[in-house]
Amino acid sequence: MNDVDEAALKRAIHRQAASIVAAVAPFGIVFGAAAATAGLSLVQATGFSLLVFGGSSQFAAVEILGDGGSVASAAIAGLLLNVRSLAFGVIMAPALVGTWWQRAAMSQLMIDESTAVGAAQHERRWRRYGYLVAGVGVYVVWNVTTALGYVAFAGAGDLITQLGLDAAGPAAFLALLWPRLSSMPQRRTAIVGALIALTLIPFAPPGVPILASMFGVAAGRIGVRRVDEEPSS
Amino acid sequence: MSDATLVLILMTLGTFALKSAGPLVLGDRALPLRVQQLVDLLPAALLAALAIVSTVGDGRAIVLDARVVGLLVAGLALWRRAPFVVVVVAASAATALVRFAA
Repeated sequence: MNDVDEAALKRAIHRQAASIVAAVAPFGIVFGAAAATAGLSLVQATGFSLLVFGGSSQFAAVEILGDGGSVASAAIAGLLLNVRSLAFGVIMAPALVGTWWQRAAMSQLMIDESTAVGAAQHERRWRRYGYLVAGVGVYVVWNVTTALGYVAFAGAGDLITQLGLDAAGPAAFLALLWPRLSSMPQRRTAIVGALIALTLIPFAPPGVPILASMFGVAAGRIGVRRVDEEPSS
Repeated sequence: MSDATLVLILMTLGTFALKSAGPLVLGDRALPLRVQQLVDLLPAALLAALAIVSTVGDGRAIVLDARVVGLLVAGLALWRRAPFVVVVVAASAATALVRFAA
């Protein structure tokens, strides 16, 4: 590959990463605001973004804590939403070459966005480059916007409800869910998961209905198993 | 130590284990089919539950208020392929309007 092609490829990767990184900014602000509303300190809010670095999982944990849920239910619900990084890690592993410490450091950037940009490239070297560019970009923007959102909305109190900002969390969860609803197993899982949680609200401590929704996965798998078996029958 | 700090520590350790298992331990060995299916479906169940519970849940009570309208407007905006900012602003504005009118 000559220099011109290489420069063009880099520009293409930068463009892909830039649009993804920009999309993260409003979500970071909503997370910062949610953390402030749930009663976290600024250090705790930014600690989540710096150390956990997984948008939907951070959001889930903060939502459950804010609703009075236990440490266990908040942490487990958060971790269940990060189980998918296990699959991302297997996809990206061949491209993330380096010493043990380098691989450990690169793993911290294992999120939907970095995996999407990395896995979209054809050569191993560019997969690593795309992963790192998108991962570092999202990391910086996510942390800055978390702090901004926190500072802007900490102590806003009544203003949060007056401006309807308490609907921003539900809207954000729906926005994260939406792109996943493209297949029937996913839709069934979402509907059954939501119904399980809704049914349990009056009977279980806060957070537990969210955890119990994981059994909605069974509804999604029924169809998948049937599809798997069709060719052999 | 506060609850939030404890959750932060547990999630930091657990998430790092999940993120680094591939690059540090598994390599590109494929996950078993059942695990892969579970991994693919889990977020849909939890995110749907979170959307509903954060809209109508208040501790152990189910509260139907202006946030329900906000969630419906968010769904409408998503169906119209609106970007994230528009979805959140539209949902918040609709919720505020319903409260103002009520």
